[in-house]
Order: sequence, then C-alpha cells, then structure tokens
Amino acid sequence: MSTRVYVPADATACSLGADPVADTLQGLDLDLDIVRNGSRGLYWLEPLLEIETAAGHIGFGGATAGQIACLFASGIPDASHENCLGLVEEIPYLQKQQRLTCARVGITDPLSLEDYADHGGLAGLEVARAMAAADIVSTVTDSGLRGRGGAAFPTGIKWQTVLNTTAEQKYIVCNADEGDSGTFVDRMIMESDPFVLIEGMLIAGLAVGADCGYIYCRAEYPKAIASLNQAIAIAGEAGHLGDFQLEVRVAAGAYICGEETSLLESLEGKRGVVRFRPPLPAVEGLFGKPTVVNNVISLATVPIILARGADYYRDFGVGRSMGTLTVQLAGNIKQGGLIEVPFGVSLREIVEEFGGGTASGKPIKAVQAGGPLGTYVPSSQLDTPLDYEAFKEIGAMVGHGGLVVFDTDADLGAMARFAMEFCAEESCGKCTPCRIGSVRGVEVIDKIRGGAEPDDNRILLQDLCQTMIDGSLCGLGGMAPLPVLSIMEHFPDEL
Amino acid sequence: MPTIKIDGKSYEVEDGSNLLQACLNLGLDLPYFCWHPALGSVGACRQCAMVQYLREEDEHGRIVMACMTPVTEGAIFSLSGDQAQAFREAIIESLMLNHPHDCPVCAEGGECHLQDMTVMVGHRDRHYRGRKNTHRNQYLGPLIHHEMNRCIVCYRCTRYYRDYAGGTDLAAMAAHDHVYFGRHQEGVLENEFAGNLVEVCPTGVFTDKSLVHEYTRKWDLQSAPSVCVGCAVGCNTLPGERYGKLKRIHNRFNRQVNGYFLCDRGRFGGNFVNSDSRLDYPAQRDQDGRFQAIHGDAALSAIAQACRGKRLAAIGSPRASVEANYLLQKLVGAENFCSGMADSEQALVQRIIGHLGSSPALNPSLGLMESADAILILSEDVTHSAPRVALSLRQAVRNKAFAMAAELKLETWQDAAIRNLAQDQRSPLHIVAGYTTALADVASSNTSLATADQARLAQAVASAISADTGADERVTAIARDLKNAQRPLVICGTTAASAALVDAAADIAAALCAAGNLTMLSYCLPECNSMGSGLLTRNTNLTLADLIARTDEGAIDTLLILENDLYRRATAAELAQLFARVPCVIGLDYLDNRTLSHCHWVLPTAAFSESEGTLVSSEGRAQRHFPVHVPAHERRPNWQWLAALANSLDPAAQTPQHFDDICAACGHHCDLLADIADAAPDHLFRSRGLKIPRQTHRYSGRTAMLADVSVHEPKQTVDEESALAFTMEGASGSQSGALLPHVWSPGWNSNQSVHKFQSEVGGPLRGGTAGVRLLDHAQLDQPAPAPLPEPYAPRQGEWQLLARQHIFGSEELSVHTPSIGELAGEACLEMRRDEAASLGLRDGDGVLVGGTAVELSFDDSLPAGCATYSAGYRDTEHLRPGEWVRLAKAENWTRRRAELIGTDALGNGSSGADHV
Repeated sequence: MSTRVYVPADATACSLGADPVADTLQGLDLDLDIVRNGSRGLYWLEPLLEIETAAGHIGFGGATAGQIACLFASGIPDASHENCLGLVEEIPYLQKQQRLTCARVGITDPLSLEDYADHGGLAGLEVARAMAAADIVSTVTDSGLRGRGGAAFPTGIKWQTVLNTTAEQKYIVCNADEGDSGTFVDRMIMESDPFVLIEGMLIAGLAVGADCGYIYCRAEYPKAIASLNQAIAIAGEAGHLGDFQLEVRVAAGAYICGEETSLLESLEGKRGVVRFRPPLPAVEGLFGKPTVVNNVISLATVPIILARGADYYRDFGVGRSMGTLTVQLAGNIKQGGLIEVPFGVSLREIVEEFGGGTASGKPIKAVQAGGPLGTYVPSSQLDTPLDYEAFKEIGAMVGHGGLVVFDTDADLGAMARFAMEFCAEESCGKCTPCRIGSVRGVEVIDKIRGGAEPDDNRILLQDLCQTMIDGSLCGLGGMAPLPVLSIMEHFPDEL
Repeated sequence: MPTIKIDGKSYEVEDGSNLLQACLNLGLDLPYFCWHPALGSVGACRQCAMVQYLREEDEHGRIVMACMTPVTEGAIFSLSGDQAQAFREAIIESLMLNHPHDCPVCAEGGECHLQDMTVMVGHRDRHYRGRKNTHRNQYLGPLIHHEMNRCIVCYRCTRYYRDYAGGTDLAAMAAHDHVYFGRHQEGVLENEFAGNLVEVCPTGVFTDKSLVHEYTRKWDLQSAPSVCVGCAVGCNTLPGERYGKLKRIHNRFNRQVNGYFLCDRGRFGGNFVNSDSRLDYPAQRDQDGRFQAIHGDAALSAIAQACRGKRLAAIGSPRASVEANYLLQKLVGAENFCSGMADSEQALVQRIIGHLGSSPALNPSLGLMESADAILILSEDVTHSAPRVALSLRQAVRNKAFAMAAELKLETWQDAAIRNLAQDQRSPLHIVAGYTTALADVASSNTSLATADQARLAQAVASAISADTGADERVTAIARDLKNAQRPLVICGTTAASAALVDAAADIAAALCAAGNLTMLSYCLPECNSMGSGLLTRNTNLTLADLIARTDEGAIDTLLILENDLYRRATAAELAQLFARVPCVIGLDYLDNRTLSHCHWVLPTAAFSESEGTLVSSEGRAQRHFPVHVPAHERRPNWQWLAALANSLDPAAQTPQHFDDICAACGHHCDLLADIADAAPDHLFRSRGLKIPRQTHRYSGRTAMLADVSVHEPKQTVDEESALAFTMEGASGSQSGALLPHVWSPGWNSNQSVHKFQSEVGGPLRGGTAGVRLLDHAQLDQPAPAPLPEPYAPRQGEWQLLARQHIFGSEELSVHTPSIGELAGEACLEMRRDEAASLGLRDGDGVLVGGTAVELSFDDSLPAGCATYSAGYRDTEHLRPGEWVRLAKAENWTRRRAELIGTDALGNGSSGADHV
C-alpha cells in the first residue's frame, strides 16, 4: 500500500519552496501518494512535509528539495528520524489552538469533496436544509457570531434584515478582498478549505432566500481564485449547489474595495467608491437588491455553527465576543502563522507563547492589531484579552485578527507616517477628509519628524486626525488616524 | 411637519426633507458643495456638517452631514456650535489647500460658490504648506473651458452629466487625491446639455468659453429677464451684457419651464446678437442696387410714403414677438397678413392649436412632463427639435425609481441610493420615429418606421386603448403601458410634417382621457413664437402660396417682411416670382439674409436681447423678454418701427405707441391672446416703490465706460416701456420671476442664491412663476381628421425623405454664433449602409439630392427606402419631408473626413488608427 505524503500547496508554503519539494518527491522511486494539502499555518515550519503513519501525521519542517533525497535516502522516514517534528497535532502551537473555522485547514486535500465530508464538512448544510430560513438566522444570531471582517457587526442581525426585506432577488456576497497588511486567513480558507466557504454561502442563501452569490476575491490571490473556481465546479457537479449561482469575481487591486459598499460598486462594474449608508446593503445592496455582505471567515464559520449548534459555538469566548478568533501573527515574530483560539486569550499569550517573541530576539515594543488602520498596542497593554470590548476599552480594535509585531528597534514614527501614506494612496477620492486629510497628514508628520515646529504641528496633526475621524464617509478615512493617534499617545517621542 | 431644534431654537420643517434643505428653507446659511437641489444628496464633500445630539443632556453629539440627515420629530442639532464650525473650517481649508487661488483670472470669480462658501465658513488661515495638485486641462470643444486645477472634487459634474443628462463622455477618473474629471481623451463634449456644467460646477473648472475670452464679472453684467429664441420650448434665460456686447446667457429659474437647466443651443446660441452680420442702419437700395444707409426717421417717412395709398401685404414671422406680428397685421389688414410660416407648417400649427384647444388632455409644462409615468413620442427627435424637453423626459423615466424608493421609504433626495435601487429600471418610454433618436438609450422601445406607418401605428394604439382591438404586439405593449400609467404623456411635433400623425397623437390622448387617465399631450413646434403667430392668424390663415398667387394679378404694391428669411419657407422659384412682381419690398430684420437682398428698404431691428416682446411657447405659455441692453446704432425694436410707421401712415388710427398699450390692444384684438398682458407685470410695476435695476448694486465703471467718447458721464437710458431700469438704482426683491433680472443675496453671489427667491429650495419662485398659460380655457373646434395615409411601400430607385433636426445647425439664428456654427458642420444625408452600397456610395461620399451634393452618412436604423436630410441647412432647404427623391453619387466631391480602411468601418479591424 502506498504511503500518503502531504506537501502544502498553500501560497506561503509554495513561496518557501513547496513545489520543488513535491516535484522531487514525485520523482522518487517510492510508492508515495502525494497530497497537496493546505497549510496548517505554522509558517516558520513551511514547507511542512507530513507523512501519514498509523499513529497519525508526522511532520518534517522546513523541507527543501535538496533535503528530500537525503530524507528519503533510506526509504520513507518515520518518527525516529532526527529531523522529525513528531506528530503534527501534538506540536504545541497547534495543540493549544481551538480550530473550529479552520478545522480542516492544512489537513485535507482542499479539492476533495470526499475528504471534506469525511472531516465533518457538509453537515451544517444538511442541517440547514432541514430548517426554516428564520431558524437558520436565529441559530446564527444565537451563536453570537460577529462579522470577522473587522466591524464585528452581529452576523445574525444582518441576515435577519435581509430576510425581512422582500425582494424578487437577493444576493450573498463574500468579501474576500483581504487587503489588510498582516492578514492571510481568508486566503488560507480559500486555498486550503474552499468548500467550507461555499457551504457557508449556501447556508446564508438558505437563511435569507438568496439564490445567487459572488465571492469578491483580490487579484493578488491567484491560487485562492483557482482553488475556489475548481471547488465551485466540483460542488456544482456533485449537486450541492442546487439552484444557487455562485461566481468568483476578481478584484482590481483597490484596498477600498474591501469596504463593503465600494465592493458592491466594484462588483456592479463601477468605480470602487464608497456609498453612503443608509440604506444598508442588507436593504439595498448589490444591483439595488438586499444583500448579505460577509467576510470569508464569518461565512466559513457558519457551517460549524449549524452542524454543532449555536450553543456549542457560543460557549467559546468571553462576554459578547463569542466563539473563536482566527489570529494571524506576523511582523517581527519568531513563529508567525495562523492561530485560532477562543476569545479571551491575552495578546501576550499569543505573541509570547504562540509566537515565541520577536524574530530578532529583542523585546516587543508594540503590536499593531487589526490591519493598517489598527492601533499600535504598546507592550504595557499586552495583557489585554482578545475581546472586542476589552480592545475597545484601550482604544484598539481586533479587526480581522491580524497582529503585526514590532521590536524595540522599530521606528514607529515612520509607521505613523505610513498609516497616513497608506490612506492617501488607497482613498477612493470621494469624501474630502480622507482624500485630502491623508495627504496633509503625511506632510505634517514629515515636518514633525524633520523638526519643523514640532509642537504646533503635533496639535495640527491631532486636529487633522479628529476631522478625519469625525467626518470621513467610511472606515478608511475614519480609522487611518487611529494608528497615528496611538503612536502619539504611547510613543510621543517616536514622532 | 416635524419640529427640530437648531442651536436651541425650535423650527417646524418640511416632512421628508433633509437637514440641509431644512436649514436653507429656514434661511440659515449652511455651506455645501456636492448637494444640488436638482441632483439631490450623495454626502461626498462633507461640507454641510452639523452636530446632532441624541438628547438634551447629550453634551458631545456627533458630526452628521446635513444633506444626508433626514429631519425627524424632536431631533436636536447645532449649526453654529464650535465643533460643527471647526469641522466645516477644516473641510474648506482642505479644499482651499488644493485650489489655485486664481480667482482674479477665473471666469467664475464673483459668482463662485466656492468663494461664497469659503467666506461663509470664515476660513482665513492655512495651516498646511504642502504642494497643490496640478492637472492637465482638456480641450472640450468650442463651448466649454476646462481648468482642472480648480477642482474641489464634489462630483457634481459627473453626477449632472452622466446621471441627470445621460451623457457618457465625461467621467471621474483616477482615484484618491488625483481624481480627474474629464473625457477619456480631448474632444467636444457630446451631450446636448453640457453647458449646464458651467452653472453646476461650484467653481471654475467648467466655464463658458466665450465668457473666458470676453471676461466680465457677474456684477458688471447688465441683465434682464429674457426668453430663449432657440426653439419653441421657451426656456427662461438671463442674458448678460457689457460694453454693448452680449457676454453670456445664464439659466433663469422657472419651476414650470426650464428649472435649473438650459440646452447648449439656448445657452450658447444667443451670441448672434454680436454678429458682424447684424444690420446697423436703415437702408435704401439705390439705382445701382446697393444699399445706402439713411437716417431712421427719414427712412420711416420715405417708407410711409411708399405705403400710402398702396395695396399692402405683409409677411410676419414665427420668430418675432406677438406684438410685432400684431402691429404688422394691423398695419396691412388681417386679410393681407401671412404668418410667415411655410405653408405645410402653418397648416400643421393650426391643426395642433385646434387639438390643444379641444383635447381633454392637458398640454403640460416641462415641470409637469417630469411627472409623467409613461411616455409615447411620435416621430419627434426631441433632443434636437425641442432639446430641453428631452432633459425633462430623462427625469420623467426615473419616476419608476422614485416609486420603488417610496416603497423602501427612501426620500427623494437620496439620489445615489435611488439610482442604485432602480439600476436600469425606468418608467416606460416608447419612441416611434423614422430612425433611432437621441433618447433611445432610456427608451423601453424604439420603433423605426416611415412616417405613414408611424401614423398608422399611432392610430392603432389609439384604437387599442379605446377598444381592445386585435392589434399587433408592438401596439398592444404601447397601449398597455400608457393605459396602466397614472399620468401618461404623448408627444408629437411638426418635424415629420404629417397631419395624420398630429391627429393620431391627439386621438391617443383622447382615448386615454376617456379611459380615465390624467393624460398629457404635447407638441413640439418649430420656432420660438410659432404658437403666438398661429394664435394671431388663427382666423385669417393666409398662406404664403395664397400671397404669392396674389402677385399674379399684380395685387400687391408694397410688401412688408418682418424678420423672416423666406428662403427657409418657400422654394427659390416661388420667391423669384414674389420678388419679381412686387414693386416695393420692405424688410425688417436684425441679421442679414438673402430675403433682405431683394428688399428696397431695410429697417434694422433689435434682437431678442435689445427688445421687449411676448413669445408664446409650445406649452401655450406667453412669456415676455425685456431688453438687456439698449440697441446700438439705428437699431430699434421691431414693434417700435412698426408702431411709428403705422402712426406716420395714418395718425388718425391712433396706433398705440407704448409697449403695454400694444400688448393690451393685441389682447383685445385676439381672444386666444386675451391674457397676454399678464405674461409679466406692466411698466407701472414698482418694487418697494422703485423700478427694478438691470445693473447690480456692485456694477462698476459706469462713469468710465464711455470715457473714450466723452469724459462726461452720459445720462442713463430711461426705460419707459417696462418696470426695469438701465441703472443700478432701484430695488429688486421678490417680484414675479418675469421681472427678476438677477439673483443675488448677501453672502450668496453665485447662482445658488436662487434659493433665496424660492418658496422652498427647488420650489417655485416666491414672486410667482413667469408667464401665463393661454390655452387652458380655450374651447376650439377639433380639426377635421386628416386621411390616414396608405401603408408605406418603398419605391425602386427612389427614397422618401425624413427631416432630421440638429440641435446645432437646424435653427436659423444660433448658427451665427461662431462656436455653434463650428459644431453645426455641414448638412448631410443619411441612409442605410446596404442601400448606399447599391449606389456605390461610401460613408463620407457626396450624394446628389435634388441637384445639390451633400455628405453621406450611414444610419441603419432607417426603414428601407427612407433617407434623412439635415433640416434647416442651406444646402438642404429645397428638400421637404415626405418627398420622394432620386439619389446619385456626386462626382468631384471633396471628402471632408478621412476614409477609414474598409475593415475598420466594418468594425472588425484590429486598429482604428490607420487612415488612408
């Protein structure tokens, strides 16, 4: 019997040389069944070669094509090999996680429906098919699931609005324009477990009465797009889609199109500019019809909620932050990767215990949470639990769960400038505070850093940030000042 | 009506309005940019920020955009609170940081909304010193000047141009702080209403090119209420003059007619007033056949001499005022007076008047047309024949969207949301015409048929409405949509010259009325006073042919022709006969033309901007225009020449000499014109006891303007004929819109100040809507039905002609404006590609029609065997709609445009750049 060997086809693993590893394995004169799985999210170990044994998968980290011949020199290596990491599931990084949304990520063959079903897939859809629409919605509401794209709006309430709005056509739109720096879990889901997203969208369709869905995926994710398209075809052939029309639309590179109303404009073929709300997309969304716009993770979490029940999911987490959060750890970190944990785990636990501290070995100065528009959390606040409300209390945001770590060498003044520069570059150009404020923000920060009337200009920068927060049309202009303000507050000397 | 609190004071506000509208209605000054009363709200510029408090105890409140905030009972706001004020200052500062501060050289300066708002906010100091944005400007055609550096990115231009006017070639491009508003490449803006950008743009990005060259501030312009003479719609205009030159024409708000917008022919076409072809002095032809200038009074007595005891006849003009036509009619006797329209047109106009005066349907104003929820257009390409109507119809088709929005409880000002909601769903608009017209993009059906078949189809629709007869699918669909509508509108016109079509439109309207619908029936007439001329000659109806026939017997000694180039009305042969047999011809006109060259006496008249007069629009609305400036040289208003002539000819007749008296006499004389004097207040009207000044209170240089002539300040011309004065002195207030010479309010120098004169923002003027509708109570006999034509059958080797109107080129006067003349180009003939090929003709070739060569273009939407010709061009004046002609390739034709390689023309070429 041939031995199953898993080589991740995930974009990160591939960028670290997974493809040559797989090719080399293919060329070996051994009875191997090579599976291109997704990544487990232990990025410092990629490419992580896994070999199926009776005891479970054993792992070999950082495999290179050159090492393969050596590794397989005396046949298929076993757990006793000096490079073996042992059972992958028992790697503490993974063992300490609570994988609900990402339960299959890195484990299954992304495009095997059989594998998907074997690992608990399609169960949620089956449950949902037997339920009334309103019951599906109330299950999601009861689970406490909040939008994982960043705004943390209760998903069930959004669905309820769409369900309550009568229209001959409704849409499910998946926001897969994952543009935040330091985030990658959407991509991992789409590349490594695309069926769960499809299942989530089908359930959403059943819940609100929509028979058409679009996945708006950023063009920078070619593997995710390919994976989704194949998965949709496979699911369609297997009859799982039924009448549901599902299509992947490729974005054109504008960060602002990750904002839901710009995303809808872009989907309609228009310029990606923000729409004023209300009316909410749930009432008047894509092509003017009631539309559920959810992030990949929100939708991919729905199947397990349906399969295991609202209570099961709700019991994870703390307070009003229920379930798990898919943290993406990046930046100056020793062990970057995907960490799915229940809400309530502290930031320190994530960066120190999971992440193992900075890659440089120097102390942590700050962690930017929630993407390029998130605040810089100083090391003194690292004990803050991952919890929407607790973060809000310290003026930070969980966002999409991306954490970027900076050590004491980091120039946070440059990062403040970057926040404004990013906004100036990515502003859609519709509202004045964001469009022009960000440009002036860069200039003022340059002056402060250049030593030109720093005190006056600091006041000016404060005012500018306040104007942008108060008056911007959407979250881009409204939040871009947050990292700047957090640096001014916690690291006044850096600016 | 909800009660809201602003800065601690309670106000009752209009239900369903937004906070910005409410504030402006209350007279509170709140700055704004992206909002426009006709365009609604999008919440882009963030200038109209106010603070909203959740409850009385709420001390912080939050910034809201007034234009996007509905007023709700008990809501608490702050307009002048520090936070709101500081925010608005920050926004305007941002905008001014990019704005070039080139006001001194900007044509918008002095009437710039951005200037007004900057001052209103109180912005003074710049806290930033970064670089300003710079852009490359585009050539956008001869009408509009582009200066992108001034842009404040409010998006009004694209919202107006694309969303409101249906244009496609102006767009927002690029992103973030480099958003650019322009065309994908340089070129003439294609939309027929592009000129409104000049007024829609809150600053000087889009300016009137002629004003850029002529450069006069709004406060230095002398202006008076006027009416457009470009077509029969009767849009209200505000021409501005300085140094004796007409500098520009702006929109004059009339809620029922043109609202905030004009068409480009109307806005830019008035410059013929400054033309070199204007007549300056009365002239007499000498023995050598040359004209010799003579003094006006001498000319009058000589002409009186030529008329005294002679058998007189006169030809009036549908582009001259009712009063002038009336005086001429009175002078020669009604039985000797011809309206001056072409014969077929005159019959059609009378038929239309008959229908309008007898139909149970309403003849709607443009404002009412915009409420139509189903529309049928018969034959007329309204965008070109009555342009402003087309802009209103583009709004009417949105009524479906507003109905959908109402279901979602979206307020009508939620512009972006409503457009998004409806996407491309529109109220039904069916167009049955000879070819695909310019409104086709918003039509639910476009049917191209020969004129006879259009009439037959229209009749079938009428029958299908009244009795569900077995009609074809097309007919049923049109009938069903019209019948299902609350306020259906049927539009027809004179371009096709078909009495059967005109009847069919009336029949459809009557059938709809019988079915209980609130029906509207509108006809597009050809000229600015076609309706007035028609009403005046309703009972006499002498045709040009009748008049020419009289010359056979030598029955006319002296013929007077009022402002009429007869070559546009009759054939050269007919006119040759006329001029050969009438011993004395007297012409009055303001622009030189071929008719005048046959005259023995010529009197130079004042153009629309130099004269008062009443014009009756196709709506039946009598509207008065007033002189904006004093006619130069020996020019006099037509009515003054005629009144003086009548007086010297027969002092005993006591012909009234004052304009108001003439107007009143005209009303007495003709029942249908009885109310004409009410078109505007008479000369005795006073605003707060004073006359209304044509000059603004900031008018400069009055003492120096004529210093090159004399250092003594001349006495201002006294206007005895109207309540307006040629001075700065006087008072302008909330008088009738018919007497509003400019809009200005403290702090509001731009055209946005009009809201200070409206009963509510966007609503009718407080002083009353200009004009009086004449036909509302008319009870005329329904015209005898014209015979239904036989079904159209193409002929071998012959083509039936359809007239095609061009917004630039078909109208007689506007083409004398250089920019319009440039856009008018040359006349052309259009036919189907396959039929052209059968004659060996290619696109751009010359085609011989009736002995004249014109350029050929393709239009595959034409019915087989039909061809269109450019109406109103000199090269095609011998052609008549409905006429059958033979066509042939013109030899020795010089191509005017480059010929595309064959593959390109077929649309399958790889590159469009290769020309031979």
